[in-house]
Amino acid sequence: MKKNVLAVTLMLTLGVTAACGGDSGGSPDAQTTTGPIKIWLSNNPEEIAWGEAMVKAWNAENPNEEVTAQEIPAGQTSEEVIGAAITAGNAPCLVFNTSPAAVPQFQKQGGLVALDSFEGGADYVESRSGDSAQQYQSPDGQYYQIPWKSNPVMIFYNKDIMKEAGVDPENPPLATYDEFLATSQKVVDSGAAEAAIWPAPTSEFFQSWFDFYPLFAAESGGQQLVEDGKATFDSEAGESVANFWATLYAEGLSQKEAYNGDSFADKKAAMSVVGPWAVAVYGDAVNWGVAPVPTSSGMSPEEIYTFSDAKNIGLFSACENQGTAFEVLKFATSEEQDGELLEMTGQMPLRADLQSTYADYFDKNPEYETFADQGSRTVEVPNVPNSIAIWQAFRDEYSASVIFGKGSVSEALAAAAAEATELAGQS
Amino acid sequence: MKAEAETASTDKPSSSRSRRTAILGRQPLGLVFAAPYAVFLAAVFAYPLGLAVWISFQDYFFAAPGAQVDRPFVGLENYKTVLGDPAVRRSFLNVIQFLLINVPLTVVLSLVLASALNGAIRGRAALRVAYYIPYVTASVALVAVWLFLFSSGGMVNQLLGPLAPDPSWLVNSALAMPVIAIFVTWKQLGFFILLYLAALQNVPKELYEAAAVDGARRFRSFTNITVPGVRPATVLVVILATITGANLFTEPYLLTNGGGPDGASSSPVLVMYQKGIEQGNPDTASAIGVILVIGVLLISLVNRKLLERD
Repeated sequence: MKKNVLAVTLMLTLGVTAACGGDSGGSPDAQTTTGPIKIWLSNNPEEIAWGEAMVKAWNAENPNEEVTAQEIPAGQTSEEVIGAAITAGNAPCLVFNTSPAAVPQFQKQGGLVALDSFEGGADYVESRSGDSAQQYQSPDGQYYQIPWKSNPVMIFYNKDIMKEAGVDPENPPLATYDEFLATSQKVVDSGAAEAAIWPAPTSEFFQSWFDFYPLFAAESGGQQLVEDGKATFDSEAGESVANFWATLYAEGLSQKEAYNGDSFADKKAAMSVVGPWAVAVYGDAVNWGVAPVPTSSGMSPEEIYTFSDAKNIGLFSACENQGTAFEVLKFATSEEQDGELLEMTGQMPLRADLQSTYADYFDKNPEYETFADQGSRTVEVPNVPNSIAIWQAFRDEYSASVIFGKGSVSEALAAAAAEATELAGQS
Repeated sequence: MKAEAETASTDKPSSSRSRRTAILGRQPLGLVFAAPYAVFLAAVFAYPLGLAVWISFQDYFFAAPGAQVDRPFVGLENYKTVLGDPAVRRSFLNVIQFLLINVPLTVVLSLVLASALNGAIRGRAALRVAYYIPYVTASVALVAVWLFLFSSGGMVNQLLGPLAPDPSWLVNSALAMPVIAIFVTWKQLGFFILLYLAALQNVPKELYEAAAVDGARRFRSFTNITVPGVRPATVLVVILATITGANLFTEPYLLTNGGGPDGASSSPVLVMYQKGIEQGNPDTASAIGVILVIGVLLISLVNRKLLERD
């Protein structure tokens, strides 16, 4: 019962606070004002270590503009906590864990400051991230987030399980859907693992980022879920991907029930859809290999796109010293700090010249090289109104038809596409 | 004249006192004691409830303080939207299914167990504590135990062997909600047993003795003396179970991973959470909340009418 009380109370509290009104702290002067600021970091230990080191370096050079860092306060998701803070008017200056999917909502709430409004802001974003920056532009043409780091998702596989299933562990056939399904069948038939691959079959809006979306990005040659205000997935590529996953579920190669834990770490599944964070997490505990996500007819790896799983930095309107916040944002995304981030977390800074800039790092850590290469071909979630509602609508139809086999896949995609297009067209 | 003047002068303070009594009551000090709770109710329940009703008639979203946003009055538009949404309609049907299983089961089990625990049985105190433990244990911990029991490879399916349902309990559209209803019944049972135990103390023992002298057996005594004797408690149990059941959230969120499979165990509060908090649409979420509150009030009124009759 605590959760429902929490949900209702949070919503009502947000309403109460919103009705109370108050000072936004977002006056035009704030953009040039300097002074102490607060920032929020993600709550994973590696990022906290990087964040604390970055803050220490900044504070040493800027004693009058002290930065105080803390983890994002506990909540169901970071987005809920940030959304509540925006409404209450106590959001920090910078959040180093801003989900691109939530940016349209934060923007609508009046919680974000466009980086274009700072001198050289847009140029800084575009020069650092290159062409991929465009995916993070809002419909009004401005940047309300700086693309910070990505976790391009790929297929991790357990070599020991592959070997036990009679599959070549060094080069398992996973490039085409047919190969992937045949390999999966061998894994399950041999009893080497309970499932070939076990993405969470649950209904949260973000789960499609780790099953359908990476494969759709690959199959469609880099399309976003919604482009030019229209859903793109009601297409040959979308249907092909959805049918592929539907086959995995129908044949029992993927489980319809959520695994309570990490199915890949527990060796219940032979494969997993992961980002470069997995290198450090699985380390020596799993004898792993990595492959690009499959496509229907097989593509060469250098043509394959995937989902970026990026986390960005937002500058919030409640910040009183936005001048300092913008400088800290640039400092934290400088070549030096991006290098530190890569070194300490294994996550890929969203820089156009990633591999050449940190060539030494990739020479020393070849296991990250594959991810770095994939990082140059990523697709972000669309930056459109009602982004989360669109993902939820998609997930609901996907769950029914693909995971639980109710109704036809093509009808489900058509229904989800109609709803997504309608939602994207609303303000 | 003198007497009239005296009467008038004594009438004046008396009438002002009676006015004061009419407004403040005979013990004005009582208001001081009641005020903190009245303020608490107004601030924590009445004002947010009123605000939620107001939000449900606007095109509303949460905004930063001072942000220039347009949130116009839209009449019944939000209500039309949610009533036209199959996911919302399904969540209401799901919760009705839940209540139809949970409430009768709660009443029957808690009354039977309370009657048993009220008798002279060995280990009574230990059993009372045992039934109460799930109620005071965090839902998250209990959900973990039920996942261990009811997941595909869980203990229940292992015991059932070939008789295990396919798809398994928690991913089976027909079984997910009944499993949740049974889980909630089991979890809340201790509290309702406690209510019935208190009520049973008010049933005169002489009635049972008289019934025994008349040759009534235990079952007859239970149906003819215990059940009518605890009727006020039954009204309370039914209303409380209905209210808590209508607010179902934690169990579909955790046990069936967000109302799965395919929305078969979603509840109105879960959909409110998705729309209001996750998707930033507090207007439609508030409309669901208002419909839910009205529904629960109606069900509670009907229950009261049916159960409180002589």
